[in-house]
Amino acid sequence: MRNLAIFLFSLLPAVAMADTLRMAVTTSFHNSGLSDILLPAVEEDTGITVQLLVVGTGQALRLGRAGDVDAVLVHARAAEEAFVGTGHATHRREIMYNDFVLIGPAEDPADIAGAESAADALRRIATSGAVFVSRGDESGTHQKELELWFAAGLAPDGFGPAYRSVGAGMGATLNTASGMNAYLLADRASWLNFGNKGDLALLYAGDPALFNQYAYLPVNPARHPHVPADLTERLENWLAGPRAKTLIDGYMLNGEPLFTHNARN
Amino acid sequence: MQAAWLILTLDAELIEITLRSLQVTVTAVVISAAIGLPLGAWLAVNRFAFRRHVIAVLNALMGLPPVVVGLIVYVMLSRSGPFGVFGLLFTPTAMIIAQIIIVTPLIASIAHQVIRDLWSEYHDLLISLNTTKTQRIKTLLWDGRRALLTACLAGFGRGIGEVGAIMIVGGNIDNVTRVLTTAIALETGKGNFALALGLGFVLIGLAIAVNVLIHNLSRTERSSQW
Repeated sequence: MRNLAIFLFSLLPAVAMADTLRMAVTTSFHNSGLSDILLPAVEEDTGITVQLLVVGTGQALRLGRAGDVDAVLVHARAAEEAFVGTGHATHRREIMYNDFVLIGPAEDPADIAGAESAADALRRIATSGAVFVSRGDESGTHQKELELWFAAGLAPDGFGPAYRSVGAGMGATLNTASGMNAYLLADRASWLNFGNKGDLALLYAGDPALFNQYAYLPVNPARHPHVPADLTERLENWLAGPRAKTLIDGYMLNGEPLFTHNARN
Repeated sequence: MQAAWLILTLDAELIEITLRSLQVTVTAVVISAAIGLPLGAWLAVNRFAFRRHVIAVLNALMGLPPVVVGLIVYVMLSRSGPFGVFGLLFTPTAMIIAQIIIVTPLIASIAHQVIRDLWSEYHDLLISLNTTKTQRIKTLLWDGRRALLTACLAGFGRGIGEVGAIMIVGGNIDNVTRVLTTAIALETGKGNFALALGLGFVLIGLAIAVNVLIHNLSRTERSSQW
């Protein structure tokens, strides 16, 4: 029994909480592999160990509201501005962008490859009656999708069984779509990194409406006194700074750049 | 292939995740056994009002849905919850707390059934020796130790393969709260089925190894003792 206690004790991680910051980020940021490049550099330059919670934008903001994370890096402008407006974050700092893409079966039964705009592509999917898989989890991608349906003058509530809301993360949604050979909206980074593409292919991209801006929001220390404001500020300055710019702009996957740094100083 | 390579080269990260899985579940099972075994024995030797109802509830709690336990622990430990000041959410401690809640009813319930059978056998002897209640419970726990060990192993099995609760309260943070089951969920999400499957085999291997180790240590199934 005593040996067991010693064994368990020796397993306890060395708790060095000195300069640790907890940040909620979206699945797309993490799945892209960019976080694996940025976090070691953050630690090197600022001495901050960033612990990542990988969740959808909706949940990331809720974690920030409850004070369970010190900062969030998300991509849903309207929700972010509401978050700052209610005083949960002190401000919003734009860091980088990439774009959303429409994925679907390679044979493209709804012919969205020839669409004039993202809204037109969605309209074609709706009229063809093809299956569309939705995140359905209030993530940034889900909010963008709803915005696009609205722009197309359609309400997904009335689509019936062809519209499948799975309430899951980007990866699980891609797996579902791959299994059903369905259409879906994804961010480019997650798509490029996804290992189970099956018959799916990237069919439509390039509409300015598919622009995907990521922003950094430090949780307001006035509401949550345990938030280390000096650390969240140091991290923000680093993310907006020159080293982050070089790393983000230079990050390639299969020869394609994924993100563009656009923080203003 | 990739998974086999990780195992063969004893990949540092894989070992860390595996050890954390063990740390969380073994700690939870040890604490659960410390609560559940005496509780089960106490329920077996005592007669009180609503005893049957308490036992029925305990049996029902064996099927406690981990995701609900995770949610409750999450709400309690969140910064905006009653125990928020301790800052325990998204730490291994939170994962251990959730697993204790999941595993304790299982151990207590099996312990109760084992001790009840043993008690009917020992009843007259222990009463005639004029033993105290504590002595009776100690005797029954000691003499039923092999079956009780199985109860603990069942608890270990439920804990080590559990993902619903620890994903919610641990958050699957790399290097802090990532364990085998949450890593499998993550790799599945990325579509890396081969790696996810490989991790799954590591998990199954771990469960088998722990069971074999415990059985060898407790010398069950040995010549004169089975």
